[in-house]
Amino acid sequence: MSEITAPALTPKDFATDQEVRWCPGCGDYSILAQVQKIMPGLGIPKENIVIISGIGCSSRFPYYMNTYGMHSIHGRATAIASGLKATRPELSVWIVTGDGDGLSIGGNHTIHLLRRNFDVNVMLFNNQIYGLTKGQYSPTSEENKVTKSTPYGSIDHPFNPLALAMGADATFIARTMDRDPKHLQEALIRSHRHKGASFLEIYQNCNIFNDGAFEIFTEKASKPDNTLFLEHGKPLVFGANKDKGIKLDGFKPVIVDLNDGASTSDLWVHDERDFYKAQILVRMFDDPRVEGHLPRPFGVFYETDRACYEDVMQLQIEDVMAKGKGNLDKLLRGKETWTIA
Amino acid sequence: MIRKEQVLQDVVIKFAGDSGDGMQLTGTQFTNNTALLGIDLATFPDFPAEIRAPQGTLPGVSGYQLRFSSDRVFTPGDECDVLVAMNAAALKSNLKALKKGGKIIANTDGFDAKNLRLANYPDGVNPLEDGSLENYEVIKMDVTKMTREALKDITMGTKEKDRAKNMFVLGFLYWMYNRDMENTIQFLKDKFGKKAEILDSNVKALQAGYNFGDTTETFTTRYKVDKARMESGEYRSIMGNQAVAYGLIAASQKSGLPLFLGSYPITPASDILHELSRHKGFGVKTFQAEDEIAGIASAIGAAYGGALGVTTTSGPGMALKGEAMGLAVMLEIPLVICDIQRGGPSTGLPTKTEQSDLLQAYYGRNGECPMPIVSASTPSDCFSAVYEAVRIAVQHMTPVIFLSDGYIANGAEPWRFPKSDDLPPIVVKFKTELGHGEEKFQPYLRDEKLVRPWAIPGIPGLEHRIGGLEKQNNTGNVSYDPENHQLMVKIRQEKVDKIADYIPEQTLDSGPETGKILVLGWGSTYGAIKSAVAELQQQGYAVSHAHLRYVRPFPKNLGTILKNFDQVLIPEINNGQLIKIIRDQYFVDAKGYNKIMGVPITKTELVMKLQEMLGRVN
Repeated sequence: MSEITAPALTPKDFATDQEVRWCPGCGDYSILAQVQKIMPGLGIPKENIVIISGIGCSSRFPYYMNTYGMHSIHGRATAIASGLKATRPELSVWIVTGDGDGLSIGGNHTIHLLRRNFDVNVMLFNNQIYGLTKGQYSPTSEENKVTKSTPYGSIDHPFNPLALAMGADATFIARTMDRDPKHLQEALIRSHRHKGASFLEIYQNCNIFNDGAFEIFTEKASKPDNTLFLEHGKPLVFGANKDKGIKLDGFKPVIVDLNDGASTSDLWVHDERDFYKAQILVRMFDDPRVEGHLPRPFGVFYETDRACYEDVMQLQIEDVMAKGKGNLDKLLRGKETWTIA
Repeated sequence: MIRKEQVLQDVVIKFAGDSGDGMQLTGTQFTNNTALLGIDLATFPDFPAEIRAPQGTLPGVSGYQLRFSSDRVFTPGDECDVLVAMNAAALKSNLKALKKGGKIIANTDGFDAKNLRLANYPDGVNPLEDGSLENYEVIKMDVTKMTREALKDITMGTKEKDRAKNMFVLGFLYWMYNRDMENTIQFLKDKFGKKAEILDSNVKALQAGYNFGDTTETFTTRYKVDKARMESGEYRSIMGNQAVAYGLIAASQKSGLPLFLGSYPITPASDILHELSRHKGFGVKTFQAEDEIAGIASAIGAAYGGALGVTTTSGPGMALKGEAMGLAVMLEIPLVICDIQRGGPSTGLPTKTEQSDLLQAYYGRNGECPMPIVSASTPSDCFSAVYEAVRIAVQHMTPVIFLSDGYIANGAEPWRFPKSDDLPPIVVKFKTELGHGEEKFQPYLRDEKLVRPWAIPGIPGLEHRIGGLEKQNNTGNVSYDPENHQLMVKIRQEKVDKIADYIPEQTLDSGPETGKILVLGWGSTYGAIKSAVAELQQQGYAVSHAHLRYVRPFPKNLGTILKNFDQVLIPEINNGQLIKIIRDQYFVDAKGYNKIMGVPITKTELVMKLQEMLGRVN
């Protein structure tokens, strides 16, 4: 089918006639817009794209994308996508999930999808709250958070989603945010290009139940000093004047002031392929409310090549078939038979 | 030495020993040997849930019951003629199932002080010595000693040598029933070919057992069972779970749909996963998922992509899959869910049989969530029943539940296997383009069967979204409209009900069209009901037997059949489940016969029940 030259697609071709029903001001709008923007450039025929979601606000996503899509059940999009990718490796499969869907009820499937390394793209919309059920804390909510279900403050310790992905041996780990369209687009394109399971955490603002959760990272005034944008081969520099950097003191990342004796040659140079340093990078997860906290990194933390589940599955079959295809009559007959006249 | 040969019609042997004694293997070998002679048979393996329960104890006893006959048999037998007891616990837990006058082949080494104590015999009591077995014919042999003696020239440890004990016993039985041992020797060669010592020790022990029978003067009689009068044709031996796997492969081949199994290991269903994972030559993809939910969810994903999606499980797994089954009902995509039932609730009796998931299969989901149910009645019937389940799933775009249970899953019987050309076709039609006048694809536009099109990703112009939310009729768009919801609930129900137009009418397995009692069964009670009903028919009673394959929807004529009898008896290995549905749908005052002991219903108890009912109406 890819041999047919289709007319160039535009973002509009990826929109459906369905009314988008997220709350006005929701971060999901930006994510939808960026996904629609990058899709034409990926060079995949629209009919070969499948978007699978679970349950939650973010999981309405497939209804708004004019591709094949399934809005499934809570937490199971990853498992459904696994079966689809195993049998239809040629499809471009995108999973839309949230912090509740992908890390709480569906946490088990998320880690197993990552370790198996199906060639799919996981977009985890993290808003640190349960939106669709109207405001309970989520597995990524900060401690002491007062919500409908935690009037005295949450006593749950939150997940660090990227460290979890690292622990599950994900082959592509990245973070971006709804408020930075360019970065978001770039992150989506990188996710798509990666052969293997891509885990992209997207900070997404829920303006109804958790407004401003990521404000410190997204707002003009505070963003430069609190975020660290990773670029492969470049030193870790941040700050409004690009005058602060991250240096490794043993295994510990520390902030240095480039105006105060430190030079860029002392800094940690980001290498997306460095498995060990990636473990440190994903652990740069300080509470931004605490004085002296490290900036929060965004971008591609880690990427590696590992065989994809669906490819090895197919290879095993081809190996066996090369020695002889199955013969149904032979199978049914078995080894030992007897005849009754 | 002059020996008699006595021809028997029907023999039931129970092999019983410690779960590490290899009784399942011994039983299976004797079964295959029997089958190859064209003798009819039925088996009942019965083993503990623990892989190696404490050695020598009562809970650790593993048994394998085999009935073989020159007549047709449909059950593994209510009582045994021969009990092989490898230790005291094996004797104790099986003695009550041995016929008076039956033979006990006892391994005396398994009756030492330690084994007697572990089997809870009082101090100083040995049943082999105290005369308590005087109503039986006891054949005592020190299997351990004789096996070690036979293997004295092999340089392996005593522990390893003792593993061949079961072969000694098998060899002796081969002598006793006048058998050729070639198939077992070949089996051992295939299994241990590369391990010369183990092969050698097993073959030597087998031959030593045979020779022991041959040279010991006390054994004066050998037995023979003639070929059964079975329908002519080529046969093989088959077990239920194996037949499920073969049925799925056959359906995949005949439909042209690649087979995908998403499954999580669970007793007694795991053997289907094991079997299917061996058949990559048919392009079968098996996915051992991280849990039961991922098992079915991955199968849904595969079915959405155009594969034959299957998941296999047992009761606890069915409970976990419930929500995903509901999704498949809403998506209206084909899927086969195989539930190999076991004793419940909760973990229950993992290795024991029960038919207690019927109501779960019928009703066990949130919302109005109808799904067709097909059940298998014997080990070989699993093949055609699961094949039917696939046909219904793909032709009616619906998830289908296939019910089997531990009894038939592990039981074996002769099977006149079909030729692939003779299997009914399974025609699958994917939607490949927009129809005439169809401007935009409507994923829920239905045909005369109320079936929606199967439109898989990759087809340009048919891009669409489906999901678990209620959808508008025809368009499939999300809809919360009250009238629409009622309409959709009714349509989904009617779609499943309509399957009754596409399945065969119910027939009577035996007996007159009208009469005193109809025994209505489903699933693994088939053999016991058939045998019991036959006995009453021979006594001249107007008793008939109908056995359901299609449990939902029921065949269209079932109501008529039920009303042709004064009474209806529904035997089930549960607390009364089919009976509830029958009463509900047909207003028939059916009676139940319910046994919930983790074992099959016997012919004898059913005969008694039927006699009691006949007494009442006469």
